[in-house]
Amino acid sequence: MRTIKTLLVANRGEIALRVMRSCKDMGITTAAVYSDADAQAPHVKFADMRVHIGASPVGESYLKIGAIIAAAKEVGADAIHPGYGFLSENAAFAQACADNDIIFVGPPIGAIDVMGDKAKSKRAMIEAGVPCIPGYQGQDQSDARLIKESAAIGFPLMVKAAAGGGGRGMRLVHTAKDLPDAIKAARSEAANAFGSDELIIERAVIAPRHVEIQVFADSHGNIIYLGERDCSVQRRNQKVIEESPCPVMTPELLARMGEAAVATARAVDYVGAGTVEFLLDAKNEFFFLEMNTRLQVEHPVTEMVYGVDLVELQIRAAQGEVMTLTQDAVSANGHAIEVRLYAEDPANGFLPSTGPVTLWQPASGVRVDSGIETGGEVPPFYDSMVAKIIAHGETRAIALTRLKTALQSTALIGPENNRDFLLDAISQDSFIRGEATTAFIKDTYGEDGYSAPALTDADYVLGAAAQYALDTQSARGAALPIADELMGWGSLGVLRKSYIYRADEHDIRVDIIQSPSGLWAEIGEDKHALSYSRVSETQLELRLDGARVQVIYARHSPQHISLVTPCRSYSLTNIAGGLPNGIDAGGGGKVRAPMHGQLLEILVSQGESVKTGDKIAVLEAMKMQHEILAEIDGIVTEIAAKAGTQIAADDMIMEIKSAEVEEG
Amino acid sequence: MPVFHSKISNSSDKFIENRKEMLALVAELRRLEARAETVSDRRLPVFEKRGQLSPRERVRRLLDPGMPFLSLFTMANYMFDDPDPETSVPGGSNILGIGFVSGTRCMVWADDSGIRAGAATTGGWRSLEAVQEIALKQKLPLIHLVESAGANLVDYEIELWANGGKLFRNLARMSAAGIPTLVVLHGASTAGGAYMPGMSDYVIGVKDNGMAALAGAALVKAATGEIANDRELGGTEMHASVSGLVEYLADDDAHGIAMARDVMARLAWNRHAAPTPAAPYAVPKYSADDIAGIVPCDYTVPYDVREVIARLVDGSDFEDFKPRFGVSTVCVQAAVMGRPVGIIGNNGPIDPAGANKATQFLQLCESADIPLVFLHNTTGYMVGTEYEQAGMIKHGSKMIQAISNITVPKIAFYIGASFGAGNYGMSGYAYDPDFLFSWPNARTGVMAGASAAKTMRMVAEVRAARKGETVDEVAAQKQEDFITALFTKQESAFYTSGRCLDNGVIDPRDTRRVLGFALETITEARARTLRPNSFGVARA
Repeated sequence: MRTIKTLLVANRGEIALRVMRSCKDMGITTAAVYSDADAQAPHVKFADMRVHIGASPVGESYLKIGAIIAAAKEVGADAIHPGYGFLSENAAFAQACADNDIIFVGPPIGAIDVMGDKAKSKRAMIEAGVPCIPGYQGQDQSDARLIKESAAIGFPLMVKAAAGGGGRGMRLVHTAKDLPDAIKAARSEAANAFGSDELIIERAVIAPRHVEIQVFADSHGNIIYLGERDCSVQRRNQKVIEESPCPVMTPELLARMGEAAVATARAVDYVGAGTVEFLLDAKNEFFFLEMNTRLQVEHPVTEMVYGVDLVELQIRAAQGEVMTLTQDAVSANGHAIEVRLYAEDPANGFLPSTGPVTLWQPASGVRVDSGIETGGEVPPFYDSMVAKIIAHGETRAIALTRLKTALQSTALIGPENNRDFLLDAISQDSFIRGEATTAFIKDTYGEDGYSAPALTDADYVLGAAAQYALDTQSARGAALPIADELMGWGSLGVLRKSYIYRADEHDIRVDIIQSPSGLWAEIGEDKHALSYSRVSETQLELRLDGARVQVIYARHSPQHISLVTPCRSYSLTNIAGGLPNGIDAGGGGKVRAPMHGQLLEILVSQGESVKTGDKIAVLEAMKMQHEILAEIDGIVTEIAAKAGTQIAADDMIMEIKSAEVEEG
Repeated sequence: MPVFHSKISNSSDKFIENRKEMLALVAELRRLEARAETVSDRRLPVFEKRGQLSPRERVRRLLDPGMPFLSLFTMANYMFDDPDPETSVPGGSNILGIGFVSGTRCMVWADDSGIRAGAATTGGWRSLEAVQEIALKQKLPLIHLVESAGANLVDYEIELWANGGKLFRNLARMSAAGIPTLVVLHGASTAGGAYMPGMSDYVIGVKDNGMAALAGAALVKAATGEIANDRELGGTEMHASVSGLVEYLADDDAHGIAMARDVMARLAWNRHAAPTPAAPYAVPKYSADDIAGIVPCDYTVPYDVREVIARLVDGSDFEDFKPRFGVSTVCVQAAVMGRPVGIIGNNGPIDPAGANKATQFLQLCESADIPLVFLHNTTGYMVGTEYEQAGMIKHGSKMIQAISNITVPKIAFYIGASFGAGNYGMSGYAYDPDFLFSWPNARTGVMAGASAAKTMRMVAEVRAARKGETVDEVAAQKQEDFITALFTKQESAFYTSGRCLDNGVIDPRDTRRVLGFALETITEARARTLRPNSFGVARA
């Protein structure tokens, strides 16, 4: 038994904050580590102590074992909590902690070692009698062997990085023809992301549910399971929505899966919090997928249903305490649903988005675990998940309603984000009915993915009304005192102000009309009664034809505003004062970096002719490779960036002169 | 404090009838004002083709949203250049008013180039001079959105040219006084008009359409034989880079207006002004809307002006000064939007006691530095032996003397009759009130038409009697009708406002707002310390 007095969190963002909150509750001094990019990050400010560990890229900071151990020693930490991701499932790190007499809040090295290798773990599970998906996890990694094994397993199948997780280095292959390319791509991504290019191959279970069991073990051989989480809604093989219980769960199935999970944990002498992931097919058959030897992102769902603090349990287990909770005493209470708010563009292939956080206004009345704050930044170097919103209710319907209400009043202004997508997803009939499988996003949104619907007249009217209200407020603020009863009055009876927005080449005009009969908004032939009142520095209450709408906003300039309404996040630029500088009337020809990242390759050279859709460059950001495609037909007139260099969002990569201009 | 108890019932037949008549006159005012917009809007396709905004749209974009705007001289030139009331276009081809640009209270002047290409009107020039004078007195930056064909040579009248010079002199005086003047050149500004940008502090020129030249290509050819090109002669691009007349070059009208807003914002014109704050106040207990039903459009029907005052002042609360002395001249102390005012109103003709009471009240307000408000409803000073012997001339003279020399701000409203020297004593047009507005029912003149006609008939009858002749009844009636018509036409508010003998006609129900706006304007002016110079700022 060792009592932890000071704990260093070897992580960042929401999970670092989450861990520290439990520490503070337990009276444990907290220490944060941070990279250059995170110097002002919320987790750094929240911690009792902080240590700078290196440059922004993860390889130079959060993955640097030596620097983190040194930081722990510097602050006198007797334990390190790794959070999830980063070094959380790194056996070498756990070993380094042990070597330095620091408690690693996590499982024994052996368990990490086995479960960290998909091939090894699968072999171990087959041995332990846990149901597994047919596949190949051999050490012969030659293309020929992989292809041969694939034929035996049958298509469709998954090619996965043996050391992988989180969807990276993972490829779904439908036919034998696509296999060699998939193996090549998965290898390179695996090598890049995990430092090992070992692959495994598995039968793809089509449209299954992803159901995982939370297990917990102390160092005295006690193992329990705390129900399941259904994490079927995924995009790019990353989870988006998680809930507990699984909508199709039965006590009998849970008992079977729970026992399988406990067996899994027992097979590797597990200690602490762990998650055993299964695929559950339509016939309620389940297959072992992998075991995550760490705290999961979606752990709050379990905490809310089972009334436990998993981080506290982890720390107690790490201190060598005997677990007081027994399987018999575990009882579920109601239903919890979590959604993950990502800084990404769902309408653009879920491409990550970075940059300053102009406004972060989380909802109240639900649990929100976030790692950002207004005035902060989403740096390009790390995972794009910025917050989790978790709603609990006595029933699934109640939890879902609470979640929807919460999302409607959640605002993130700055980076693109998936709030609207989440709202749309949880409003789908199939999701409401609890029928979502891992194919949910594809089935719902098709091959082209989610696309944000066009802005409606009401969206424009709300935007114009908000700008009108704020412009009025600014003008009055700049003016000498004016009596309230004179505001909005014109001696001719009517005052009219136009707000003009550019939309797909034609302009949308909203006139705000102040008249003795009140405020009106005119758009096209339609007229809407309007009124507004200020709620706070970032929120207006608008009434449109009597209906109340809360609008959260950030005003970037008098012309440019971002709005978050209960159903929509969008930005508008009023061009009634002329087009702002920088709006490129030509379009398409200037190829700019869509985000911060490493420019891996430039695939064309100066003078080369390209066609729309041609791949012209590859950018790597947040460990993902993004292809940059030509938006017009033409000739490359200038290459402005260099392959292999780091470039910032909006930096020019190259210029393509339109073929039409050439001919014209 | 004594809160007034109204005796008005707004369900009485009289109220309903009055209201109907007054609202008909307001509707007529709005109809006439709309005529200018309708005529101007016929040119919308032309503006659109040229990539321009209409003059009204320019003003809308210039003004801050949600802030008040007081239109001025909307009836200017009505029945002047064109005497036909059915076709005459009011407004003098200008859009004028006081409003807010980037939080700064400004005098706004836009040429209405939708009407005869914004050519100057004979009846409208006086309104331009007047807005400049108001801007100078109230220390209001002047923003002029220029697009004017100048003087129409076909309608040439020498007075327009001779008087027109005052507009440029005023710009020079404003610049010397330290009041910013700003021009956006949206279109042509030739001949005399070229001095509009020439003499303004800041000039924003709009590319392609903006143009300023002493003589356009046609006149240059006529005068010197040179074949010139308008853009080279006076295009804004040339002025921005060659002549130096244009400070800022804008891509289009909208951009030019955005630049004007930016220039105003950067002046930070309010940063040193600390006006006396308004006291907390309650709105009137009685609704301003009632005014339309209280005031009979026929000025010969009496009513108590206190009923109007109660609907203008804070809390409907005022102190009646000497209510039992000179009873038809009502003097009260009150406040409007938290600012103290002295109000003089009429319940009929002014008698010697009333003139004395008013004179004393004027002097007291002057001593206390309290702005004065005049509610004109008087047929003049009393006549007749009794009143002459009581010293009506000298008592009226004292009142006119006081009104001429007091220095506190004066805001006057013609709310009914305003005849003869009574108009003078109540700070009428000639007595330079800071602001002067008419209600649409107002009647002004040397005397009422009926009185003038009867007077002339009496004169004729006396002359005939002296000669022992009988009056030709038919001829006499004809003359009486002629004089009545002559006076009646000229005493109407729309007609007098057409001649710029006030700052405009307002909806009577807006009087409190107009008054509050005027008081704020005046208060701001008094709080500003200008940085004058001798000659105005010269352009590089």
